[in-house]
Amino acid sequence: MQTTIIKPKKIFRWNDLREIWQYKELLYFFTWRDLKVRYKQTALGAAWAIFQPFMTMVVFTIFFGKLAKMPSDGVPYPIFVYTGLLFWQFFSSALSSTSSCLIANQSIITKVYFPRLILPITSVITQLVDFAIAATILVGMMIYYGYHPNLLGILVLPILLIICFMAAVGLGLFLAAINVKYRDVRYILPYFIQMLMFLTPVIYPASIAGKYSWILAINPMTGVIQNARAALLGTAKINGLLIFISFVATSVLLAIGIVMFKKTERYFADII
Amino acid sequence: MEQPTIIEIKGLGKRYNINHHRGGYIALRDVIANVFRAPFAFLKFKAKQLAGIDVKEEFWALKNVNIDIKKGEIVGIIGPNGSGKSTLLKILSQITPPTTGEVKIKGKVGSLLEVGTGFHPELTGRENIFLNGAILGMERKEVAEKFDRIVEFAGIAQFLDTPVKYYSSGMYVRLAFSVAAHMEPDILIIDEVLAVGDAEFQKKCLGKMDEVTKQDGRTILFVSHNLAAIQSLCTKTILLQKGEIKAAGDTNEIIKQYLEEMTTQGVELKPDLNKDVTFTKAWIADENGVATDIIDVSKNFKICAEFSVQKETNNAEISFGLKNSEGMNVIFTSLSEKNKGEFEHLPTGKYSVVSGVRGNFLMPSIYTLLVAAHVRGSKNIDHCPDVLSFTIADNGRTPMSPYGKYGLAHCAVLTNCDWKIESLSSE
Repeated sequence: MQTTIIKPKKIFRWNDLREIWQYKELLYFFTWRDLKVRYKQTALGAAWAIFQPFMTMVVFTIFFGKLAKMPSDGVPYPIFVYTGLLFWQFFSSALSSTSSCLIANQSIITKVYFPRLILPITSVITQLVDFAIAATILVGMMIYYGYHPNLLGILVLPILLIICFMAAVGLGLFLAAINVKYRDVRYILPYFIQMLMFLTPVIYPASIAGKYSWILAINPMTGVIQNARAALLGTAKINGLLIFISFVATSVLLAIGIVMFKKTERYFADII
Repeated sequence: MEQPTIIEIKGLGKRYNINHHRGGYIALRDVIANVFRAPFAFLKFKAKQLAGIDVKEEFWALKNVNIDIKKGEIVGIIGPNGSGKSTLLKILSQITPPTTGEVKIKGKVGSLLEVGTGFHPELTGRENIFLNGAILGMERKEVAEKFDRIVEFAGIAQFLDTPVKYYSSGMYVRLAFSVAAHMEPDILIIDEVLAVGDAEFQKKCLGKMDEVTKQDGRTILFVSHNLAAIQSLCTKTILLQKGEIKAAGDTNEIIKQYLEEMTTQGVELKPDLNKDVTFTKAWIADENGVATDIIDVSKNFKICAEFSVQKETNNAEISFGLKNSEGMNVIFTSLSEKNKGEFEHLPTGKYSVVSGVRGNFLMPSIYTLLVAAHVRGSKNIDHCPDVLSFTIADNGRTPMSPYGKYGLAHCAVLTNCDWKIESLSSE
């Protein structure tokens, strides 16, 4: 028979990770719920997952591509910007839903015990589904423009996605923990995401920063988007160093996020 | 036969910082504003915090709680509002960690602090059964096995594929209860959840729990204000007061002690100096005039208040009203009833009023008191709703317990009508 010991909480135990595995079924149900409820009572339903990045791409192509003549590493601007947008939107929507996940599930947190880490993970997985749907457009565009990724590129993509996932969870955990105490996060976040988009080579190539482009690499999303273009569109060689820098930066971010989250987790139910 | 200990609570304590506890969340703006408004005070505060001198206002919701609970026991937890009952359950369900002490629990814990936790209005009944089951800690396989029984128990088979947002509140509660009633943990923790739902269904649920417990030897911890329910279900009862265990043991003994000991000083009211007549104090007293906030259902009791008259008035009226826990106004009585409708002439000064209510009249429930004073022909009214709340408790020993085993029938008053029966058939 299992024995539970309830004591004043320590900040982090390895057991916490094992516990998430024990609660994997709840993780599944939360994800399932979020997906089911997501596009309920909308006329377009899951088509929104395609519509949003697609329309953004069209608008950006007209203004940045055609009118502002933004350089795009020799690739047609629509597919250039869509590749960036696809990863960027995954990151930004995962970030915003993670940061509000505790408050959105307030009524459950104050009534039932489960490892709270499940909630942010659920939020990101839910966004991953949108990412997959939106990715079909990219595949269509690649066929239309006649691009095909090389084998190395296909192998690199999952790594990029993992970095993206870790970055969103790491930063999201940090914000979620702050959000429990200071609801300012809700107001700051949209601006923060907008600013961050301009600091990430989504609508422009990193090459315009010239020899300082490595500074941009500290932003993990730079490495992700730049390498995604390299892998899918062959804009440059895949940059292993850049991936490594991004990976290290993301790991640090994730570690800070988890520590911050676990530190505040103790009083979530008391002050939420 | 001596059963093994299943829950071991040692030196348990929970501290809240009052500003956290009451204020809910804080905006960053407030913190920044504080820094600028009083920079030195802020620095002093931070310095003290760093030096480890605690400057926050503290409140111990639980203090040094020690108790062992054996397998198969059904333990009731009673105590006045704010005595730490809910905090104790929250710690045992791991929703909030304790500040001191330790609890050792052997077995799977199911906690039911609310029915329908996590129900999503957009999802159908069927979907919510699975979701809620998972939240309550049931495995998908387990829910699937019990699915038919859950649906049958709730009696909503027809609406299984309708989103629950279209359910009536009764259907919603029935479905939620039904999922919860089919949990099979080793230890079940229940907060005041039985206060909702229609009486028939509540009875069915309690019956179900009773049955399962006796069959499987499940351990139950049960918080309720409904002393009748505690009495009929629990083998052992813990009385909490101000965060400490005041007494624990045989249910009947503890309930008796609770009824006898719970005295209060009533509530001091803030007089409104702009009014001609204004209240200063209100309390409930037992038939001997001792202030209390729990009344035995069979005993007479008194509603008492003090007021001051600031300007001589010819036409003063004083009224008391009682509302039960469902929000229904049960009685409303006025001083003028004494004088056949004539209002009172009151020179300035302080007064005290008492109104007696007879026993075996109001149904066991939690009541809130309203006190009001007004002057005829003017809008000058001192109206104080929800001044205090008190409990009319079923002692379980009333000769007339027409409200069934669990005291849950929904009537506002106990009837005491005259009955006569005659045989009409000729021999």
